[in-house]
Amino acid sequence: MEFAELIKTPRVDGVILHRPFMPKVEGTLCLTGHHLILSSRQDNTEELWLLHANIDSTEKRFVGSLGTIIVKCKDLRVIQLDIPGMEECLNIASSIEALSTLDSVSLMYPFFYRPLFEVIEDGWQLFLPEEVFKDLESMTDEWRLSEVNKDFSVCPSYPSLLTVPKDIDDETLCKAASFRHGGRFPVLSYYHKKNGMVMMRAGQPLTGTNGRRCKEDEKLINATLCAGKRGYIIDTRTIAVAQQAKARGGGFEQEANYPQWRRIHKAIERSSVLQESLIKLVEACNDQSHSMDRWLSKLEASNWQSHVKEILTTACLAAQCIDREGASVLVHGTEGTDSTLQVTSLAQIILDPECRTIRGFETLIEREWLQAGHPFQQRCAQSAYSNGKLRSEAPVFLLFLDCVWQILRQFPCSFQFNEKFLIILFEHAYASQFGTFLGNRVAERVKLQLSQKTVSLWSWVNRPQELERFHNPLYEPNNLVIWPSVAPQSLLLWEGVFLRWNRSTKCLDEAYQEMVHIIEYNKELQNKVNSLRRQLAELETEDSPLQTP
Amino acid sequence: EHIRTPKVEQVKLLDRFSNKSTTGTLHLTATHLIFAESNGASAQEIWILHHHIASVEKLSLTASGCPLLIQCRNFRVVHFVIPRERDCHDIYSSLFRLLRPVSYDELYAFSYNPKQNDQQREEGWQLIDLGPEFERMGVPCDQWQLTDVNRDYKVCETYPRDLYVPITASKPIIVGSSKFRSKGRFPVLTYFYQEKKAAVCRCSQPLSGFSARCLEDEHMLQAISKANHNNRCIYVMDTRPKLNALANRAAGKGYENEDNYSNIRFQFVGIENIHVMRGSLQKLLEVVGTRSLSMTDYMVGLENSGWLRHIKAIMDAAIFLAKAVTVEGASVLVHCSDGWDRTAQVCALGSLLMDPYYRTIKGFMVLIEKDWISFGHKFADRCDQLNGDSKEVSPIFTQFLECVWHLTEQFPQAFEFSEWFLIQIHEHVHSCQFGNFLRNSQRQREDLQLRERTYSLWAHLLSEKQNYLNPIYSSSFEESHPVLVPSTQAYHFKFWRNMYHQYDRSMHPRQSILKHILTLKESNRELEGTVRALKAKLQKFGVSTSPLKPQTPPRERSLPPRPQSLILGAPVLSRKEVQREEDEEVFAEEAREDVPISTGGERTVEGSSATENGYMELPGSFGSKSEPAVVTLEFGVARMTC
Repeated sequence: MEFAELIKTPRVDGVILHRPFMPKVEGTLCLTGHHLILSSRQDNTEELWLLHANIDSTEKRFVGSLGTIIVKCKDLRVIQLDIPGMEECLNIASSIEALSTLDSVSLMYPFFYRPLFEVIEDGWQLFLPEEVFKDLESMTDEWRLSEVNKDFSVCPSYPSLLTVPKDIDDETLCKAASFRHGGRFPVLSYYHKKNGMVMMRAGQPLTGTNGRRCKEDEKLINATLCAGKRGYIIDTRTIAVAQQAKARGGGFEQEANYPQWRRIHKAIERSSVLQESLIKLVEACNDQSHSMDRWLSKLEASNWQSHVKEILTTACLAAQCIDREGASVLVHGTEGTDSTLQVTSLAQIILDPECRTIRGFETLIEREWLQAGHPFQQRCAQSAYSNGKLRSEAPVFLLFLDCVWQILRQFPCSFQFNEKFLIILFEHAYASQFGTFLGNRVAERVKLQLSQKTVSLWSWVNRPQELERFHNPLYEPNNLVIWPSVAPQSLLLWEGVFLRWNRSTKCLDEAYQEMVHIIEYNKELQNKVNSLRRQLAELETEDSPLQTP
Repeated sequence: EHIRTPKVEQVKLLDRFSNKSTTGTLHLTATHLIFAESNGASAQEIWILHHHIASVEKLSLTASGCPLLIQCRNFRVVHFVIPRERDCHDIYSSLFRLLRPVSYDELYAFSYNPKQNDQQREEGWQLIDLGPEFERMGVPCDQWQLTDVNRDYKVCETYPRDLYVPITASKPIIVGSSKFRSKGRFPVLTYFYQEKKAAVCRCSQPLSGFSARCLEDEHMLQAISKANHNNRCIYVMDTRPKLNALANRAAGKGYENEDNYSNIRFQFVGIENIHVMRGSLQKLLEVVGTRSLSMTDYMVGLENSGWLRHIKAIMDAAIFLAKAVTVEGASVLVHCSDGWDRTAQVCALGSLLMDPYYRTIKGFMVLIEKDWISFGHKFADRCDQLNGDSKEVSPIFTQFLECVWHLTEQFPQAFEFSEWFLIQIHEHVHSCQFGNFLRNSQRQREDLQLRERTYSLWAHLLSEKQNYLNPIYSSSFEESHPVLVPSTQAYHFKFWRNMYHQYDRSMHPRQSILKHILTLKESNRELEGTVRALKAKLQKFGVSTSPLKPQTPPRERSLPPRPQSLILGAPVLSRKEVQREEDEEVFAEEAREDVPISTGGERTVEGSSATENGYMELPGSFGSKSEPAVVTLEFGVARMTC
């Protein structure tokens, strides 16, 4: 196999591993095609298994013949390996470098990974568009499932099945697609059962500088409005950015052509800006020497929290239009694969209690991210330690998870899942043994035959043992719309991700355990009371004839 | 009476952060300003104690009336619009007079009557007693003794009568030392770390000027040094920035010269003075009070206020103190200028780190009683109880409470109380409802005969202890962590939203884990009782059941009734539906709990409404006739059907 060529030194003894807040471990370092393994060969210490794909960057240093490799991971962890022998160290470093930057998807670990657990429920079969459509059909008959994109020719980044207004034929869809960025014509994203309002998403309209219009596009989105009703178009870009897009053939909907729609511009940053922001944030979090002022100014300069606020605000606005104003909404930015999806998916978490369950959240990610064509592979190729040569990396999905965490913090009893679940999703989006987040769009995943050749993350997550870890003990189902506060004072730094490796969480973990303990004890007591009551009631009915003469 | 207009109707209350407003009636009583919403049975009420009001401002006239802006010391800000200017002026001038009491007799504490008899009141005052507290620490002992030198407040009138000094410190030494210390505040014991026989002592700055020295004072420090057999070295912590201490020398004050004192290690700590702290809080409040605040302005403002930097400085100093005592076993002498602000902060916080007792509800009261009340933190001046010098006002005690809050965040199981206990204490430091914090020193309090004429806050708080418990407190935690060693990495310090936005309900999490777990814990206790009762009944039928393994020791204790409102300054009017009132008070005052969802019909997530959060004022109507749908708001809560 070709990995062997890349591994010049497969094992080194006497390597010392340093990790913050953990004792150092001395052991044998082994390199395999997909893992960096450090084992102390003693029973009681855990082994380190690190996926090469998880390695974001490495640095090497030498003091005499002792080499040190600092490994920075996509999950933001930083570890240090002291390797005796200069040649060994150089070999290991170059192997790690090569193995962590493999270009070909089909060489990735998911294609080699064989699960050690029995797959009870195949995650690949869980969230098929047909099934999702059945739910919609039970609520309204205004929509149909179109196969216009069967061979991904109308829109390469859309799935093969799409939900569109019933009265719009495929030909109209094709024409509308030619008027939208990347062929992403407006499709249904969410149906608000309570009042029948909908949220749609699309790419930007290709109006260009001369104000092109497209009757079919207008017809398509007007078909989603009830008679006499109006809608809102939420453009995730500022008006200035949207204007500039015209010069490159893009643009925004002109009021004159869309009289039934009111356009609102918001200011969610483009993906390259977000990546820079992540790099700055993580750098600030990793520097332990900051004074208070320096920390606050670096945190501010990273702009991360501003992005969180902006995205959440836009999502809340979309939800507000739908639920409070009783209006339908169309969301788009430029491509419609990044900020658009952040907004539509967060709005659903606010509006739809189903999305706050574990299964519902998985569906949401499947529908609004994977099938909707968020380019995971491009966006998550590198994380916060990427240096130089950025292509299209951006923490778009991480920002979405951060926003979910903010809402979770504000409504800690309204989510079936806990913070750990969000962190797991972050980790697997960047590096995973599962195939779920490979590829950039459905078409690619079909071509790669992921569903046959790899295991789905959901197959693993949905096993009862795992689900238990992700279950929020405070959860009490609640059917309400939850409006989060977006005031800066209400938004916090997501410590569980950004300070995860820089602090000891022992006290916090123990406190969490104690909380779980109290909740479980309560359930136990309630069961006990019920069973005793039953027992007593039985005895009383048995005894009553004897006692009453 | 200073009340010209006791009642004004049709007053609008504007929300501070959104365009929401409610209409109601404004009542002015001798002690409170009350706003009662005129919205049927479930309307909410806001009670504001006159003592809580820091400032009243009449803003310029608008079309809808005359705006009145009231800022409170508990960080509540209310904005009324009063339809007639005359009424507004009357309210304004009445408040202007009422919020500036000229004599102590006008304070609420002297009219507050919780319907207790004299004996109950006296018992309340006896709850916290410092004599037994020093005994608990192991003092007096072979090295430390109680001195009666200050029995008549002759040596130092801002110190308590009972003071503990090294046995080798004779009266002449004490008196001599006191003459060399600012305000006569000579070195005395405040905490004794029994395990290592190390002492924490406090005093004020020496009157050393550029070269003066005092043999008695040097002897005094030597006596402290000798009292510790483990480590002869004393750390002298001057909690001021070096520059401030240097400047003081010109005024004949200053700091200890290491050459003149044997065995001392002198250290500046760099906590800023009361004026800097006052300015810092002002800046902070200005920033967080801004409407539609951007993230950038918030963070820049937070940084520029310097508030968290000051908090960190205090925390660092306390950690230094605790480390010197517990690790090195050295005695420490702490002072600042007068030894009643920064010194109190550092000694109290340091003791809290070293001694788990101070992390209990009772112990925390003792700690405040000792380091703050008895040693003469000038509560009257710092909290502006009487119309005093505004330059003396400073949030020193608030900072101490905030430091404790930061510790509860890092060590969630270490404290018997929750942050609501801290906030409640803060509330009452300013309420002047109880006698504890009135005036500046023990002596002044005795002059006012507070124990006879007012009630003790501690008794009151203990009677409703249930509300302040930390449900995940673990008494075994103190065994594994007798000394807390917090991290002071900058990123551990966060803005204390629940304190500074206590009354801005739109800011808070809409469901409170604390409340939830507290309720579950209570329920667990009740269920344990039920299980026992059921088992007893079953036993009568001859059925034996496995004993319940209790996870908390079973306690048969009747719970005190939950108060109507956790913000206790506000007595609640009788209303028809008590249950409903309870719920609403909690939400109105705290905005931190979700309503238990009633079955069917209308449901609400309290405090969670789209309009309140102001994501965006949606652009105007499409046509002349179709207005954007108006969101139905009832009582500030968006109602919706599911």
